[in-house]
Amino acid sequence: EAAMELPPSHYPASRAAALATGYACYRRGSPGRGLALRAVRRARRQDIDDVGHKYHLELVLEDILDKDSTVNCTAEVLYHLGNKNIAPDVQFTIEGELKNTDEADNIFYNRIKTLEKELVAENIPDSHGNVSPEMEPIHLLAWVASGYVIWQNSKENTKFQLAQIKHVKQVKRSDEYLEFDYLILLHEMVSQEIIPWQMRVLWHPQHGVQVTQDSRQPKQASE
Amino acid sequence: DQVLHIVPETSQQVQRLQHLCSTLLLDLWKPLLPEDIWAGEDLHIRVPAPLVQEVKDSLDQHMISYKVLIPDMQELVDQSMPRERSSHRQVPEGYVYTQYHPMEEIYRWMTQIQKSNSELVTQHYLGKTIENRTMYYLQISQPSDKTKKIIWMDCGIHAREWISPAFCQWFVKEILQNYKSDPKISRFLQNLDLYILPVLNIDGYIYSWEKDRLWRKNCSPHMNGTCYGTDLNRNFNSSWGSIGVSFNCSSEIFCGSGPESEPETRAVAQFIERKKSDILCYLTIHSYGQYILTPYGSTTKPPSNSEELMHVAEKAAAALMGKYGTSYKVGPTSLILYNNSGSSRDWAHMIGIPFSYTFELRDKGIHGFILPPDQIQPTCEETM
Repeated sequence: EAAMELPPSHYPASRAAALATGYACYRRGSPGRGLALRAVRRARRQDIDDVGHKYHLELVLEDILDKDSTVNCTAEVLYHLGNKNIAPDVQFTIEGELKNTDEADNIFYNRIKTLEKELVAENIPDSHGNVSPEMEPIHLLAWVASGYVIWQNSKENTKFQLAQIKHVKQVKRSDEYLEFDYLILLHEMVSQEIIPWQMRVLWHPQHGVQVTQDSRQPKQASE
Repeated sequence: DQVLHIVPETSQQVQRLQHLCSTLLLDLWKPLLPEDIWAGEDLHIRVPAPLVQEVKDSLDQHMISYKVLIPDMQELVDQSMPRERSSHRQVPEGYVYTQYHPMEEIYRWMTQIQKSNSELVTQHYLGKTIENRTMYYLQISQPSDKTKKIIWMDCGIHAREWISPAFCQWFVKEILQNYKSDPKISRFLQNLDLYILPVLNIDGYIYSWEKDRLWRKNCSPHMNGTCYGTDLNRNFNSSWGSIGVSFNCSSEIFCGSGPESEPETRAVAQFIERKKSDILCYLTIHSYGQYILTPYGSTTKPPSNSEELMHVAEKAAAALMGKYGTSYKVGPTSLILYNNSGSSRDWAHMIGIPFSYTFELRDKGIHGFILPPDQIQPTCEETM
């Protein structure tokens, strides 16, 4: 049960790291802050009898909106044994402070709250990679929320990444929360598949991001 | 359209002007609102062309003097606008390498590149795609009496990896622009010929422009046309079908009905097989991930010249990092990424080409396949 050192550039470490990053981003992200994996510093693996494989990771995460802003992160990822559809357990600690995004979050919050018609958008980014400045928070919110889907569905032989938002629609609410219904495309690296996934995302500047409902969608024959 | 400059002299003139602006809905440039028009203060109004005469007549009638600040708006607008994309498209001197181009434009670019650099560049037929489109490669070769070793580079084997063909085009442009002035490039060309295939999977590339941005495979029909596409990078004859593939056509890593079942694969394989004793290095460009991958994907057993392969790749990664700090990881696919069989890079090495590499360009996943155009230049510059 001793921990085995893993080469940080090899895929067992990088898959666990991607999962941990998705989870951390989900817990700490907002429309003004997305986190991405910059580097794997160190990785170890522990095989625990009758339980599963536990990875100990030392990561560097970067702020998507400010690549020069990085933080160190230690994480533990436990992939459960067997075919149970249980999400891996993830625990993480971020060293130091993340940038405060209250101002940007509040601006976005108020902007959406005061829209006359519910927001609707498609293809973010567009085919050429462009995201308009107004859509950037919507994009980041999807990035953060996809961290939840990635966490819930990852296994040791998968590596997910958000590829594109196909469609997003704001859902009217009578309370203070903002709610969006997203159809996203996830890219799975090992199978190379593009997987459409629908998710309901709730957000409030003081209450963080929550995915309240999500479901995998069938791949369409074209488009 | 014209822009007029008026300095009203009396409050009566101010009133006349305010009336004129509101009734004709004229476009006030300065001030912005009619109520801010004052005697003795500058007034600039844009008058639409059909109203110019009427407005001038009215000003004359009320003895309000004016000057024409801008006699012809349209001319000014035209001058200040960047030239339309379409007028650039024929000429490489105007070819925009920091944008993604559809296949039609890439075909025209190849023809133009050869025409404007005929002492160095020749365009050659390689084969046809499953949808019967012609595959061309460019040969960059300095005339010389000695036979030179060859470096082969192909881009766009996977349709959605747009940065890859963009890189091949950039690469060609850089070589041709700088071979006379850059001593490294000119020495390079004295000893080596470059063979560049800008888009290997032409049908797939077109499909990713027109129908599905995230398409990967080629467009070959299977199961009576109910399912399309083979992953060309699983279709080569290198441990074909053994690992990291699917035999199901609907999979993104469907390896085809047999090794080299696809015409695109055959076109490349037959050519490289014929020239293999002269090919020093086989490069295949993909995205994303930021890796320089060495053989093999099908096994973790290292290739015979593994040390040398790694050493060269590590130097390349270091040089790449020196440009913008971008970090690339180096190593065999089977350890770094996943297991796969039938890849072109593995096949090239297995038939005896000593240096065989897959480059996975930017980025690490934030944009993934849909890399924004403002990253084309830095990606290409650092990879050069």
